[in-house]
Amino acid sequence: MKLKKRIPVIDQGDKLGFWGGKFGGNFVPETLKKPIEDLEKQFNKLKNNKKFLKERDKYFKNWIGTPTRFIKLNNLTKHVGGAQIWSKVVSDANGGAHKIYNATVHCLLAKRSGKKVIIGDTGAGYAGKMLSMAAKKFGLKCKIFMGAKDIKRQQPNVKAMKKNGADVIPVYSGSQTLVDAVSECMRYWVANCDTTAMCVGSTVGPAIFVRICGWSTSQISRELKSQLLNEFGTIPKKLKLYNCVGGGSSSFGFWNEFMDYDKKQVEFIGVEAGGPSKSKRHAAPLTYGSKIGILHGAAQYVNQNSDGQIEETESISAGLDYPGISPLHCFLKDAKRARYTAASDEEALKAYQIVTKYENLRPSLEPSHAFSVAIKEAKKFSKDTIVIINSCGDAYKDRGILEKKLGKKYVKSN
Amino acid sequence: MLNPISLVFKKAKNEKRPALLTYTVAGDSSKKQSLNILKAISNYADILEVGIPHNTPVADGGQIQTSAYRAIKNGIKMNDIFKIVSDFKKSKNSKPVIFMGYYNMIFQYGENKFLKKCKKSGVNGLIVVDLPWPENKIFSNKCKKNSINFIQLLSPTTSNKRLKSITRDSHDMIYYISMLSTTGGKLKVSPKKILANYNKIKKISPKKNCVIGFGITEKTISNFKKADGLVVGSQICKEITRSLNNRQNPVINVSKVVNKLRKKIS
Repeated sequence: MKLKKRIPVIDQGDKLGFWGGKFGGNFVPETLKKPIEDLEKQFNKLKNNKKFLKERDKYFKNWIGTPTRFIKLNNLTKHVGGAQIWSKVVSDANGGAHKIYNATVHCLLAKRSGKKVIIGDTGAGYAGKMLSMAAKKFGLKCKIFMGAKDIKRQQPNVKAMKKNGADVIPVYSGSQTLVDAVSECMRYWVANCDTTAMCVGSTVGPAIFVRICGWSTSQISRELKSQLLNEFGTIPKKLKLYNCVGGGSSSFGFWNEFMDYDKKQVEFIGVEAGGPSKSKRHAAPLTYGSKIGILHGAAQYVNQNSDGQIEETESISAGLDYPGISPLHCFLKDAKRARYTAASDEEALKAYQIVTKYENLRPSLEPSHAFSVAIKEAKKFSKDTIVIINSCGDAYKDRGILEKKLGKKYVKSN
Repeated sequence: MLNPISLVFKKAKNEKRPALLTYTVAGDSSKKQSLNILKAISNYADILEVGIPHNTPVADGGQIQTSAYRAIKNGIKMNDIFKIVSDFKKSKNSKPVIFMGYYNMIFQYGENKFLKKCKKSGVNGLIVVDLPWPENKIFSNKCKKNSINFIQLLSPTTSNKRLKSITRDSHDMIYYISMLSTTGGKLKVSPKKILANYNKIKKISPKKNCVIGFGITEKTISNFKKADGLVVGSQICKEITRSLNNRQNPVINVSKVVNKLRKKIS
């Protein structure tokens, strides 16, 4: 399996939407064929349309607040000893996470196609919160599907969605987490696709949703590239980009502009959620060698039993708690462009403590997974190695969990 | 010679009524009980759709989801499902069986191994909810070679161009989804409109047996007597749930429901 140069990865799928001949595709009910085809046509036309790009950039700049900061973590670098540790603070973006890019683009598309309602799924609540913000901004009605378990553990984001006027629909089936929220959202779309637009919250789902999301979050690496050039005058010789991977939207966006570089120069490290260290359950299909299966319309590596039933996952981080993984990441793994590993719940919590102790930065539990691996590996690297972690979410939403696990002072002092 | 599915449609046509197709989930609420339900309802139904339960169904409403989760919780496995069908096929008044499920279950079993096992157990047809045309071309050809009817789905959103291509590639039977809905949704489109779409399909493809499903219940079924066949699923799954909740025998209750459905269209 090989990546092509000079062609965006989102456009490297075949006619039926498969990357590398086997990841992705459109495993959808007949009813959704038409709305998916319509969306494909619309997106293919608009993604090169100058007026549309201008409109997107206007909202990205004035409303989302691009570019987000690129900062050196001096204290952490000193503490770890080894590579220079930097962070791309994507949580600076309006709403506090990278999910705003995809949500904004989907609302722009929905508005242009005359849809009045937009629906979406959410795990950590960020995708839902951002979609509710964007929907409000663009005058669309909004419904968010969220697992009942996630509603309990991510209350700050639930409150934000409701404040923005969205209906938050609890999903009680299965494990009551993100996987069930996505299923329920797709089912709602099956029944209402004539009037309603759907936004899939990550680089998962039928191929067109993978592409739109990857295209939207690529804003992160576009910014980073110019920030690197500003800072170093060139792209550093030894660059390592660490990102957490749940569905895979922030990591894909963080890496996209650097695809064509040799991996010896720009290495991608994806960190999945290993779950509690004592549990066999995890949300790390790439790290632990899950088999290819079909989930939510796409072929991908996915946690499942021998029959093909999707297995329940476990992770402290709701945003990574997903049994599958973007077809784009399956492709990057098999093409050997990116390396994937996992961090446990405990390791992520420890990384959160270290980062907040040394820096004025408060990564949510999702990027804390990436910090954990980056800190461990940075020790072994030379001083001219540039390690960058995408701090793609803010820990405000995790207050409840952090207080329970680490005590009140970790919430108050931050 | 006509295959068993086409024979059933021919027989129903001779009796001037649509064929009655039922849908139940394999292993709901146990292997034994779902086999007994199949045996009991085949007194009244013409074709039995047997659902392969899956835990991330993207097109099923609440009733069928409940049945599927119940079956999975009770430990149903793919091989048990084949066993249920082969046991049913050995019974005296067995009817043609169509599997309905999601592609991942087939993919994990292995397409070829799955079809071989279908043939051996007596499965006559397959509906794969999330394997649309043209993605299903290779698999549907494999089915044909194994004398298994691959049933293409059509929906109100299917364009005329697609309609023509899909019916051309279909086998003896096609399935029209009556409305934009998951299974078990309330009929939100007038029967007149549904029949108009149905007639459009029949005009393009007069020789194929076309069944209508989604939103068909005791209340609505008599509106569609002109169709070649009608599928009832969620109402039956609901009856199983109701019976279990009331500690009644689902086998008796479900066969009563199917008997009533049959009378409404006879």
